[in-house]
Amino acid sequence: MKPVPDPAGSVAVSMEVNGRTVERTVNSRRLLADLLRDELRLTGTHLGCEHGVCGACTVLVDGQPVRSCLMLAVQADGCEVTTVEGITPKDGLSPMQQAFKDHHGLQCGFCTPGFLMTLAGVEPEDHPDEESVRELLAGNLCRCTGYEGIVDAVMAAWDRSR
Amino acid sequence: MKPPPFLYARPESLDGVLRLLAENGGDARVLAGGQSLVPLLNFRLARPEILVDIAMVDELSHLTIEDGGLRIGASVTQRAVETSAEVARLCPLLSKALPLVGHLQNRARGTVVGSIAHADPSAELPAVALVLGATMTVRSASGDRSIPAEDFFLGPFTTALEPDEILVEVRFPGKPSARTAVKEIAPRSGDFAIAGVAGRLTTAADGAVQDVALALFGVGAVPQRLPEVERLAAGENVTPELLDEVARITRATARSGSEDVHADPAYRARVAGELVRRVVEEMAA
Ligand code: FES
Ligand code: FES
Repeated sequence: MKPVPDPAGSVAVSMEVNGRTVERTVNSRRLLADLLRDELRLTGTHLGCEHGVCGACTVLVDGQPVRSCLMLAVQADGCEVTTVEGITPKDGLSPMQQAFKDHHGLQCGFCTPGFLMTLAGVEPEDHPDEESVRELLAGNLCRCTGYEGIVDAVMAAWDRSR
Repeated sequence: MKPPPFLYARPESLDGVLRLLAENGGDARVLAGGQSLVPLLNFRLARPEILVDIAMVDELSHLTIEDGGLRIGASVTQRAVETSAEVARLCPLLSKALPLVGHLQNRARGTVVGSIAHADPSAELPAVALVLGATMTVRSASGDRSIPAEDFFLGPFTTALEPDEILVEVRFPGKPSARTAVKEIAPRSGDFAIAGVAGRLTTAADGAVQDVALALFGVGAVPQRLPEVERLAAGENVTPELLDEVARITRATARSGSEDVHADPAYRARVAGELVRRVVEEMAA
């Protein structure tokens, strides 16, 4: 029988973050968001509500958008994590980032990394029309834009007319 | 808004999980996708001493078909079930309900079984389990037991699970021929439902209702079947008069106790009546 580990207050983890291997011993209660922000200094991932409502903390884990405030760092052990820094080209902006800029998809920008990461983790074909785009974005809150600019940006980046 | 300190263990076998639960009883909590538990930790509403993460337990990761029904293991994500073509064929109600559970980002981590074990009164999946007649397979170091969905939900966030037990899987009987529907009212898509209803229905050759099951969620302390409404509709043709009566009986018989900033019990009962009308109408169409 496989040995049963003793419950521990800190755990050694290894994960890929934006293509780099990260090995750390983390406190078991450390949230993935805090590991990214405080220890790896990847502060593009924002924390709004810290209880899974606002979506500002969205990152990709093994390619799927998840809330990094609802995931313990230890749960990401062995996973591939991508943050907004990982989808931003060295120079300039990605097409989606450029579309947000062009269509007033952001004002203060606090929510923007979360929107971008949600969008980075889905297939455009699965969200063929405006209604399904709005449905997709329902898990991310924006206090500034009123969402119209964000929807415009996505429709433009995905070559849809609106 | 950070979790309180706890000890963490990630056993690689179900026996390991059971042993930790047996040794630590009420001080230990099972961690699956964490979409309900981690918010409770962040709010410090839960302060378990030990979290037992089941992510590495192979015996809990199955999504299989057996006897024409589904067996869903405790670590299977909602997203995996939502996107399964087999699930859509065998248990279309489950496929229809899952998009209503939280948001995409929650469903990528959250599990079907975890949501059922958490027993939030406003959650969709416990009501789906009730409508489909699901069976809970529960295990502890001292053995197995099966609990039918109707005996499982005891109160808000309270189930028949003992502290040393884990819900290892939920079995959903396949009902490919039944018509199904689920509807809810929530402040925002993905939010907790103020009121909702899940249903399944079969019709006879002449179009009359043969068999119907309806369950409300978000309305009272636990998901609830609507036996009076089901009896009323059985054998009848779905006419506007019947639908009026269905809505009226739902309003009159729903055990509506939930009250929050969004709605009081009377409003919830009224919404439930309307939703049941629409669900029955859609299923009979
Ligand atoms: S900070 Fe994670 S959802 Fe709000
Ligand atoms: S741009 Fe300010 S919250 Fe969205």
